[in-house]
Amino acid sequence: MPAETSAHERVTVIEPPAGWRLLNWREMWGYRELLWVLATRDVKVRYKQTVLGAAWAILRPLLTMAIFTVIFGRLAKVPSDGYPYSIFVYAGLLPWTFFASAVSASGQSLVGSAPLVSKVYFPRLFIPLSSIGSGLADLLVSTVILLLMMMWYRVGWTPRLAATIPLLALLIVISLAVGTILSAATVAYRDFTHITPFIVQIWMYATPVVFPLSLVPQRWRWVFYLNPMTGVIEGFRSAFLGRPFDWIALGSSTSAAIVLMAVGASYFGRVERRFADII
Amino acid sequence: MTRSAIVVESLGKEYAVGVAERQNVTFYDVVSDWVRAPLERIRKFAGRVEEADRFWALRDVSFDVAEGEAIGVIGRNGAGKSTLLKILSRITAPTVGRATIRGRLASLLEVGTGFHPELTGRENIYLNGAIMGMTRREVIEKFDEIVSFAGVEQFIDTPVKRYSSGMYVRLAFAVAAHLEADVLVVDEVLAVGDAAFQRKSLNKMSDVAKRGRTVLLVSHNLGAIRNLCTRTLVFESGTLRFAGGVTEGVALYERSFASAGAGFEHTQFRGPLAEQVGFDSLVFRQGGEIVDIVDPLLPATIELHGHATRTFPTVDLKIAFFRDGVQVASCHDTPAEARMSEGEFTSRFDFPPDVFRPGRYMIGMGAVAAVGTWVWGQDVVAFDVSENRGGRSADRSEGLIGLPYRSERVQ
Repeated sequence: MPAETSAHERVTVIEPPAGWRLLNWREMWGYRELLWVLATRDVKVRYKQTVLGAAWAILRPLLTMAIFTVIFGRLAKVPSDGYPYSIFVYAGLLPWTFFASAVSASGQSLVGSAPLVSKVYFPRLFIPLSSIGSGLADLLVSTVILLLMMMWYRVGWTPRLAATIPLLALLIVISLAVGTILSAATVAYRDFTHITPFIVQIWMYATPVVFPLSLVPQRWRWVFYLNPMTGVIEGFRSAFLGRPFDWIALGSSTSAAIVLMAVGASYFGRVERRFADII
Repeated sequence: MTRSAIVVESLGKEYAVGVAERQNVTFYDVVSDWVRAPLERIRKFAGRVEEADRFWALRDVSFDVAEGEAIGVIGRNGAGKSTLLKILSRITAPTVGRATIRGRLASLLEVGTGFHPELTGRENIYLNGAIMGMTRREVIEKFDEIVSFAGVEQFIDTPVKRYSSGMYVRLAFAVAAHLEADVLVVDEVLAVGDAAFQRKSLNKMSDVAKRGRTVLLVSHNLGAIRNLCTRTLVFESGTLRFAGGVTEGVALYERSFASAGAGFEHTQFRGPLAEQVGFDSLVFRQGGEIVDIVDPLLPATIELHGHATRTFPTVDLKIAFFRDGVQVASCHDTPAEARMSEGEFTSRFDFPPDVFRPGRYMIGMGAVAAVGTWVWGQDVVAFDVSENRGGRSADRSEGLIGLPYRSERVQ
């Protein structure tokens, strides 16, 4: 709802919504502590009442890697640009797992928070935003594992590792943009509850996660460049394995991220006022 | 008179009934609507389907609340009170009009929103506080006060899913009550907790009001409105019917129950007697007050108003209670069939405490004059019995209805 809030004396004006509008950054800043509280809530709750607890954060990516290594590396003999397939696939799975879980979690987040949305007001965008908290925690754990595995496989650490920080920012922006759009769409059309897992699954095979981009014929590569996740996955892989970056992929990812973010923010801003009425 | 804390100007909220009812819109619906839309438009052009699928939950409401006032908002279910509160709390947007609020507004539309069952009491205090807009520093300052108000000191590091429902509600209310807001909007939270905690909550709210904060209280508890409020707003079918003194407001609200206009629809009744014996309205009274929601721990009286177009030598009149389609009991207004005179009648049924169980009952009612001459209305009116979490007896006995009984253990 359009609401102007001044700091010295808070006066809130509530009026009917008027078309498209940008997000209310000042208000979100005022609520910033809530974002943190909501994100840490998910992390805290995640492994409560599980026997293995936080060990799942280590086990899940390792098991996935093992399965992919056997199926794609050994049986299907997918090439891995000369690196051990385990390391190769893990370096791609790391950002991909984050993306997949962030998109699924934030896509469902609004509908899952229906009691909250219909009972109390706070910036609605925080719900999809905070839902990536536990994914980030997992990502941190898996990164440490990868660094240890690299030592084991004698893949050296290079200064390129520093690139993971801007890459992480890019990854978060893309995941949040896609997740936010899906979360708002899911409120209006529950079909997305069923569609989202398919989108994520198909998207993985349209992204060089389990295979290298070099496997894709040159004339088809532009299709992959249209996929913003191509640049991110290849970027992470290059950063970890210390090989040169694919600047075309990175550039197209970054521009796609900016477009997605703009579309996501304005779409969300447009529909968020109706959430309580239709959720 | 001081400044205004809340100014509401011609506020209205319209729901498209189609949207409100059809919660899970699917692609199929969108596609089929899209196909049907041209037809619909033609029909609209021809002047049909107009108001039917639009519904004003709130219409042309204007009022002014001065700083430090305690306002009681009353009205029957569906009168627009909740919609007003949702707009003021910014949960939903108005369709027309404008509301201006000076200062920080905190709303307690339901206690415990955002509580997470897996988290401990301590963690939930921080979570709930943040959701309601408190900063971490504020929560830390108030922490001990909140815990002791709720009386959960021993369990503060236990996940709230292990709390009794009484403890849960007390903790939730305690967090909300300690929020430093300039305008406090409260809906029905007083219907929770046991009598002692309800009194404590009321005192807390009157404290808030005395300290110059503005309070907007929506409640069916007219006693609480009388004790706490300085002014009332009475809503009826989405419009503001009255704004003014508490005594007049409460009286007006009570009259709305007795008036035939607010009573039953006569089409609900069938049978050969339907034209001759009419049922007009039914109210629940507890402690002399008309209530919308029945407190299971208090005695209750049902007053049924009706009329007869002629005198009958014998009439057996009964009301029956249904729960999930099962008739749990029926009650008759006279020990045996008795004469009914032409004109209006009132049948009164008194119930001891602990008869009704939390949840919703449907009431059917009817009369038999002679074999084959009868009138019956099924599911004429519904009533809700409040959850008396933390109450004494409701916790142990089970079933659709409570039995009056005495018991002892002899050893």
